[in-house]
Amino acid sequence: MNDDVKRFLDRLSERSASRGPEPSWIAARRQAGAARFEALGFPHRRIEEWKYTDVRGIARSDFALAEDAEFSPATAATLGLPLDAHRLTFVDGIFAPRLSDLADLPEGVQLLPLSQALADNHEAVGGPLGRLTGVEFSSFAALNTAFMEEGAVLRLAPRTVVEKPIVLQFLSRAGEQAVMSHPRILIEAGGRSEATVIEHHAGDAEAANFTNLVEEIMLDRGAILTHYKLLEAPEQDRHIASLHIELKRDSRFTSFNLCLGGGLVRNDLVSELNGEGAEVVYQGLFHARGRQHVDNHTLANHNSPRVRSWENYKGILDDRAHGVYNSKVVVKRGSKKVSAEQHSANLLLSDRAEIDTKPELEIYDDDVECAHGATTGQLDEEAVFALRARGIDEMTARGLLTLAFAGEVMEQVGLDAIAERVELAVAGKLPERFHLAGLVETAVALNEE
Amino acid sequence: MLEVKDLHVSVEGNEILKGLSLTINAGEVHAVMGPNGSGKSTLSAVIAGKEEYEVTGGTVTYEGRNVFEMDIEERARAGLLLGFQYPVEIPGVKNIYLLKAALNAKREAQGLGEMPAPEFMKLVREKAAAMKIDASFLQRAVNEGFSGGEKKRNEILQMLVLEPRLAMLDEIDSGLDIDAMRVVADGVNSLRSEERGMLLVTHYQRLLDYIVPDRVHVLVDGRIAKSGDADLALELEARGYDWVLEEAAA
Repeated sequence: MNDDVKRFLDRLSERSASRGPEPSWIAARRQAGAARFEALGFPHRRIEEWKYTDVRGIARSDFALAEDAEFSPATAATLGLPLDAHRLTFVDGIFAPRLSDLADLPEGVQLLPLSQALADNHEAVGGPLGRLTGVEFSSFAALNTAFMEEGAVLRLAPRTVVEKPIVLQFLSRAGEQAVMSHPRILIEAGGRSEATVIEHHAGDAEAANFTNLVEEIMLDRGAILTHYKLLEAPEQDRHIASLHIELKRDSRFTSFNLCLGGGLVRNDLVSELNGEGAEVVYQGLFHARGRQHVDNHTLANHNSPRVRSWENYKGILDDRAHGVYNSKVVVKRGSKKVSAEQHSANLLLSDRAEIDTKPELEIYDDDVECAHGATTGQLDEEAVFALRARGIDEMTARGLLTLAFAGEVMEQVGLDAIAERVELAVAGKLPERFHLAGLVETAVALNEE
Repeated sequence: MLEVKDLHVSVEGNEILKGLSLTINAGEVHAVMGPNGSGKSTLSAVIAGKEEYEVTGGTVTYEGRNVFEMDIEERARAGLLLGFQYPVEIPGVKNIYLLKAALNAKREAQGLGEMPAPEFMKLVREKAAAMKIDASFLQRAVNEGFSGGEKKRNEILQMLVLEPRLAMLDEIDSGLDIDAMRVVADGVNSLRSEERGMLLVTHYQRLLDYIVPDRVHVLVDGRIAKSGDADLALELEARGYDWVLEEAAA
């Protein structure tokens, strides 16, 4: 066992010693997670899946586990999304009841912190937890399983339509000792239920923590779930996450993966399209600058006839930022009439910014329609000229066009609070002279008239 | 207002303008006509600052300033605006963004503050209505999916909002049906004033039935071969360009 692995496992032993008794199945899972993590160690760049992403910065750090969930309500309010929502908030991975709102949950909706579900040995966790994301998925998933204590459990009874969005908010604190958290999210959407879930990561600008999240989503027949992940984590934060989705017949899952923050980010999105008529849409936008590293891996497994996947990712990279976009489509033998489309476009705003894109297709049936396209480029200089010829300075012209590039994904965002947040974030991250915030506000005002 | 003296311009080593001279005073509308390839579009593009053109000789002075020492955006803010022959589509940039950013840039250059939002919206709506542009177009991306006529009307809308001192319109009539032509011409005519100069670049005389110029120049092989009043355009319409070419060759 190397020192890095040992350090994490030592933290785990300390934690286990202070934890109260648990149901045996949970203890067994933890043990399996720890064993798997010990066997795998941290991934290195000779592993194809981790070729472009170096996690030594995580492996060599010593992260403690947070002790409390203290957080200024005023700061939380500024960081949070201004939405009328059902809300669970976690601070460095610990549930913060005072920053949460679980009042008025509609009938048919169960939403609770994982700690409570585990303590109650709730039926919502016993069977499903770990069913989609096993410890073999990755060392990080194994590590998460060993440590998992907190997170969110959402269960929708059949035909439940949740009007308000459900926000799962994760706040990262600045402090002398960097901390890690291993949130676990479990969503089970019953037949023909509908909901919007927003996973939102933000925090103190100076924070430098490590979040290692595992999320499992199960959609029963005809369920419709829209999932937003808005990553506004502090720029020194490290964020590793996997999201597994299982889709039964006629269910539909739409993901908006909006990465604006985080120093090192790795997202794995995996869909299992298991029933006819199931459909998955992956919309992605990442905007990185400085030395940010953002790695998005997507996979759509077409395991049934007549399933559909559609994917569009946009990357904007400035300074020395590094983006990775790896998307894979697998069509199983016998999966006829499958349709799969992958689109990606990247905008490099600096000579030193870098993007690695890799679309992959594995098709074992010939009666399918698959298409993929990827472009990487700079801004359209003719458009820059057209704007300058109207008196708009070059910086603003470039800013407007950058915002426009992001706009293609943003137009699909159904929640104004998120669309505006991302528009302002992308515009606001550009140099001050861009003055784009005012423009966005004008357009918003015009929309409201 | 605008003085072009012995202007020589090359593109990729080919000389397009070969000693062009032209003076436009405030209040005057000048039309530059000529056969294809004579350099008509080059003239307005080089004055606006299009970068692939190389000025190899001569001067262009606008209100006493050397145009070539001004940035592209500086020229526009000083009131020198080009209406494009082929307006570029800018996906994702809403018309309203462009108008607001452009107007505020100009106001800032004039030492004025940002125009308050309600006033700005009122102005834009009024001008859009004048150009028979539906208000919904303001929310659409600049020129994206617009018809040829809509693009040209949109160019004039920008002119109406930005109120140039010298408007250069490059083949603003190309691709317009008669109704769109009238709307565009009305828009352009509403800009005519004692303080404003205008340069129309056109291949066809038809436009000049609607926007009657004070001076007409015929551009042949990079130089002005003949100048006259509005009647010259009618003569060109009736007789074509050949006789001017012959005269120029003689």
